[in-house]
This record gives sequence, C-alpha cells and structure tokens, in this order.
Amino acid sequence: MSFRRVSLGLAIAAMIGGSPLPAAAQDSIYIPLFTYRTGPFAGSGMHIADGMHDYLEMLNQRDGGIGGVKLVIEECETGYDTKKGVECYEAVKGKNPVIVNPWSTGITLPLIPRAAVDKIPILSMAYGLSASARGDIFPWVFNPPSTYWDGMSMIIKYIGQKEGGLDKLKGKKIGFLHLDASFGKEPIPLLEELSKELGFEVKLYPVAAQDMQNQSSQWLSVRRDRPDYMIMWGWGSMNGGAIKEAVRSGYPMDKFLSVWWPGEDDAKSGGAGAKGFKMLNWHGVGTSYPALQDIVKNVVDKGLSKASKDKVGELLYNRGVYNSLLIAEAIANAQKLTGKKVVTGEDVRRGLETIKLDQARLKALGLEGFTDPIALSCSDHNGHRPAFMQEWDGTKWVKISDPIEPMGDRVRAQLDAAAKDYAEKNAGWPKRTEPCDKAS
Amino acid sequence: MLYREAGQFKTTYASDMAVFRLREDRIGLAVIIAAAYAAAFLGSDFLLQAVLIPFLVFSLAAIGLNILTGYAGQLSLGTGAFMGVGAYACYKLMTAFPEVNVIVWVLVSGFFSAAVGALFGLPSLRIKGFYLAVATLAAQFFLQWCFIRVPWLVNYNVSGALDAPLRTLFGIPVVGATATPQTRYLVVLTLVIALTWLASNLVRGRIGRMWIAVRDMDLAAELMGIRLLQTKLLAFAVSSYYCGVAGALMVFLWYGGAEYDVFNINQSFFILFMVIIGGLGSLVGSFFGAALIFIMPIALGVVLPVVLSPFGLSVGAETIEHLRFMIVGALIILFLIVEPHGLARLWQIGKQKLLVWPFPY
Repeated sequence: MSFRRVSLGLAIAAMIGGSPLPAAAQDSIYIPLFTYRTGPFAGSGMHIADGMHDYLEMLNQRDGGIGGVKLVIEECETGYDTKKGVECYEAVKGKNPVIVNPWSTGITLPLIPRAAVDKIPILSMAYGLSASARGDIFPWVFNPPSTYWDGMSMIIKYIGQKEGGLDKLKGKKIGFLHLDASFGKEPIPLLEELSKELGFEVKLYPVAAQDMQNQSSQWLSVRRDRPDYMIMWGWGSMNGGAIKEAVRSGYPMDKFLSVWWPGEDDAKSGGAGAKGFKMLNWHGVGTSYPALQDIVKNVVDKGLSKASKDKVGELLYNRGVYNSLLIAEAIANAQKLTGKKVVTGEDVRRGLETIKLDQARLKALGLEGFTDPIALSCSDHNGHRPAFMQEWDGTKWVKISDPIEPMGDRVRAQLDAAAKDYAEKNAGWPKRTEPCDKAS
Repeated sequence: MLYREAGQFKTTYASDMAVFRLREDRIGLAVIIAAAYAAAFLGSDFLLQAVLIPFLVFSLAAIGLNILTGYAGQLSLGTGAFMGVGAYACYKLMTAFPEVNVIVWVLVSGFFSAAVGALFGLPSLRIKGFYLAVATLAAQFFLQWCFIRVPWLVNYNVSGALDAPLRTLFGIPVVGATATPQTRYLVVLTLVIALTWLASNLVRGRIGRMWIAVRDMDLAAELMGIRLLQTKLLAFAVSSYYCGVAGALMVFLWYGGAEYDVFNINQSFFILFMVIIGGLGSLVGSFFGAALIFIMPIALGVVLPVVLSPFGLSVGAETIEHLRFMIVGALIILFLIVEPHGLARLWQIGKQKLLVWPFPY
C-alpha cells in the first residue's frame, strides 16, 4: 500500500507541476536534441547524439553561444520509439524550441503536420519524408542534403560507372536488402523504374525490425540468387548484422554498397572480411578540421562530452556534427535576418531557408573541405547535393570517388508525385503563406 | 467516518443491484468525472496531449483485453494488431467517405476489428491457455505483415504511413494538426466514459455471466447450456471492438499519424502488462494498470532529476531512461508479490478497510 501511495503522490506532484521541465531563460536559445542512447538502435544513435551535442557545446564554450546568445542544449531520450518521441515533442514544445531533430522517420511523420501549427521547424537530415524537400508544400520541414531517391540514383550511377556505362547494366541482377519499414521501402519505386529502363533485374530482401540481428534467411536467398550487386538500406543493428552475414556467406564485398548510415562499428563487426565494403557519404571523417579540433579542446578534453576521445571524428559522430552545423547556421542566419539576438522557431525557419554554406563560409567555420557547399531556398528544402562513395579499408573509411550527382530529373518526378499525393491525401493541407526571404 | 454503508437502505432490487451502491461511491465517481472534464480547461497542453489522452487510449485498449482475458479467460497476444485493424479501417473509412462525421467512423472501425478478432478467435474452441496465446500471436504477425504489404490500406501512400486528414465536429477540428489538445481530449474522454459504461453493463449482465462461467470452468458452463463457441467468439469480437476503437483513437486523436510499427508485438505486451498489473476481470483495474505502466515512467522522468539534483547528481536523459526501466520493473515485481490480483484488488481492500474505519472491529 505505502508504495502505491508514494508513487501516486509522486505522479500527482508531477501532474501539478504541469510543464515538466524548467523553462529556458529568456536570454538563451533552447535547442532540444531527440536522442536514443538506449534500445536496439542505440549503437548508431549514441554517436550521432554525441556529435550533435558536442558541436553545439563547443560553440557555447568557445564563442559563448551564437551571436553572443548562449545555447541551452537539452536531450530527450526517445529510444527510437514513436510513442516516446511524441512525448518528447510535447515535453519540449512549451519551452520555445527553435528547431526539432526527430532522428527517426517514425517520429518525423506525426510531427510534420504539427510543425506548421506549433511554428517549430523540423530538421530531418537526409531521412524522414523525402517529399518534404518541396519547400512550397512543406514550409516547416527540412531534409538536406539529399533524399533517399537521390541516394539510390547515385548508387545505380556508381555501379554503372564501374561497369563502364549505364547501358552495361542490362541483364545484371541487383539485390536490395532493406529494413522493412517506410524508410527501407521508400527507394523501391525508383529502383523498379530504373530497372525497367536500364534492363537490370531487382531482387528484394526485406528485413523486419525484429530480425535485424538474424538475417540468415535473407542471405540464404542471396546465396541462391547470386546478385551481381547488393544495395543495403539499413539502420542500427541491421547494418552490422548484414555486413557480418555478407562476410560469412562469402559475398564479394566490393560489390556490396550501402546508403549513408553504416558507421565504423558496423563495418568492424564484419572483421577483416569487411574490407572493400562501400557506402555513400557527404562529409569528412576524422578530426583534422579546425572545428573538430576545437571540439576536442573545448569539450572532450574538459570532460563535457559523453563520447570517448577515440570515437570523436568517426563517421556517425561527424554526421551529428553536420546536423548541428546546419542548426547553428540557421540560427546565425535568423539573427542576421531579424536583427534579434534571441530568435524563435519562426525566425529559424527563415534561417534554414537561407542557408548558404559555400567554401568561404565553411572555411570561416573551421570546416574547410568537410563537406560540399550547400544552399537551401524557399522552394528547395533539400539541396539534392551529390555524395561520394567511400570504402572500408579494414580500419577506416577511404574516399574512393568524386562526388556523384543524383539523377535530378527522375528524382524530381518522384518528389513531385509524392508531394502532390501527400497534400491531396491530407485534405485541407494548408497552402504556403510564409513569405520568402532573399538569401542573407 | 466519511465512507460507510450505515444508514443507506436499499428499498428496491434496482438499488441493491446497482454498480455503485453507496452514495459515497456515486459522489466520488461524479467528482472524478467532473475533475476529468475540468482538466481539459485547467491542464497544460503537455498534461493533456502527452499524459491524459494516451492514458485514456491505453485504458480503453486494456478494457478490451480485460474483457477477453479477465472475464472470458482467453489469453491473447494480438492486441496490438487488433488496434491496428481499427486504425487502418478508420483511415480507409475516413478517406473514402469524408463527409461522414469522424466520430461515427471511429466507432464503426471497431466492428472491422471485431470481425477480424472473431476470425482469429475461432481456434479458441479447440485450444486453450498458452496454445491459444500462440495462435493469437499468429494474428499479430499476420496482420502486421498485411499493414506493410497491402498498400491499399494506406491509399497507396508512398511513405506507407497513416496520416490524419483534417476532420471536424460541429465545425471544430478534432482530427488533424489544427485540432487542439483540449478538443481531442474531450472527445477521447467522452468516448472512453461511454464505452466503459457500456462495458460495465455488459460484464454484469447475461453475456458477462456467460463469459465468467466459461472462464471459471468451461466444461461446467457447457453442461449448463452455454454454447462455448458463440460465447468465446463474442468475447473475442467485443474485446477486439474495444481494441480497434482504441487503435483508431491512438492514431488519429493522439499521434496524428503513424507507421505500421506502432502496432507491433511490444504494444500487445504493453497492454497485457496493464491488464495483469491492474487486475484481471476488473474495469477499474484497466485504468489503474494503464496509469502504472504508462504514466509512472513519465512521472519518474520528471521526478528523478528533481530528486537527484539536491545530491549534486545530474543525470543524463539516457540514465533516466535506464532508471525508469529498473524502477518500473522493480515496482511491477513488487506489486505482483504484494498483491497478485493487481491494483484493483488493492483498491477493493482499501475500500473495505475504509468502510469500517476508524473502528475495525
């Protein structure tokens, strides 16, 4: 009895408290980070969370925030669970967040319609709803630098190059190993369209979320079908599992390609046999960039980071840094556009639309050569930037190709169809009323 | 002193058979309902949207499973999938007939779930207990497979997800992004109260007695003339109806859009835990269970940092998450040791003690 009374009392005390977390001060900018350091996707999620947190914390330590305003960084643990993600969103909503990073396609989808109502922009970096690249229909959602359709077209292009021309793909067999969820299924229509056009055959190998670590049946089919190339669309423990299985079943690693999510840990789980595994990427790895040196000096060495020093600069860590780079740039732009120091979600939305990271700007930020320049606009919330192919050499990732441009016209067609579809299905989807800013 | 039976005389059969025989109980219920409606205007958006709406939705789903498991004695692990059937049916109906009021479709979608539930309840005549649980597990996996594989269910949506179109009730949006938490909460609250009232009458009446007879001893029930198949299938149908409505409410009035993955096996376990901890065969237990399993972790997330910070311990979001798992897990074990019949039984004991308080002779 007494236990129940105590727990009930605690629950009631919490209820009366109303908004659960202390409100952010008026002279700071509040940035919530949705993270998953627990659950089946934690192996990927914690590196991203560390990277996102450390870059923003570095700005706090080195520059005292952005434009003299301190950043209040708060993590909310979602465990990659939609239920908890929506709970996190409600918990942070009352504290004037300037941006939300859901870090899960499942959490992004329910938040998309709310963004415009709550006036909080969503940054779903290279994941989420690909159609949200259309800024005229989704003014509050951003998914730079590439959509999954861009990614798929780049992989096919790369395979074509290797074979000596896209026309040489005729008669080839390409396997598609994907997470059996909206995320993994998204590129299938494009893949099938390309297969019809270019004459290659597609074999689909779906992996259900609960079988991520045991893919023996899929790889049994791979051994039977012997596809000429394998493309992987996975996340969390699925990536490591796939690489391990590929090594075990003796699949030629240099013909095994992936979209941009596997990290070092995934490749290492394949052991020496994983050498030659390829994946798309759009930013640098390592800590040779001045901004990353600053992170090491101001955050990691001071014990303010949760990451151990040897993980700093790894692929997924740097992906988190890239994500925070976009946030910071959007806030800086918003300050310039409005002249305000403490900006709101509405201002940061405008800041995101005017993102223009050219070589000079990247150099000024201490990230020269870290990534290709990118510019967003009112109509284009994605950028459709090229990515490059990198290869696992047994210990680290090595860049092995020039930037590969996505097949713009085909991706565009998919995007337009999907965006139109979304707006039609959601009857009453609001027309864009937000005015457009000139690039700052 | 305040809560006692003395002096309240029942002069009619109706008053003797009432659900709430004591004036105090009736007043208490009225106060709770009034407070629940008042919360819509007093509570913060977080309280409504992230705590109370999901609590009501899970309570409804727990009532559904409780009808099947607690009253009719059939074990089911397919609750999540039956909720999914309700949600997908509601989506198809809403988009196919947009002019019909959405509340109608939420209630009608339960019938689709009921039909599917009855179908998967068919083996219940031949198999029992754990074996039946495994058969319903098949429902869970098969239906989830359908949700991914049948694009017709989501109107060929590219993302494969359900999203909530704008729907209004008396001109006020209830479904869609522009619906305020207040409106959603009031709609969910009203539906849950109405369906709970219906369930309480159902389980006390002829049908409920048939279920209880089958649960306690199916052979004896058959000898008494109760048709087992019909009774069991009816339990599956009614249970799935409640789960289906809960699923539709979950997607359209709480999440506002969802992937198939929210109807996974974890959801089924989640609801099963609520039923077991709340108390099998008790409607109020369904509410207690939902509160313990769903609200307690949220409350812990709020309370733990406050409790730990005076000791100079600042804990990260992920540590809180681990602590939540440990504390909730420990509490579940503790509750089940202290009272294996669940929170509802504790509630009952407490009420009995109060009846004779302060003179427990």
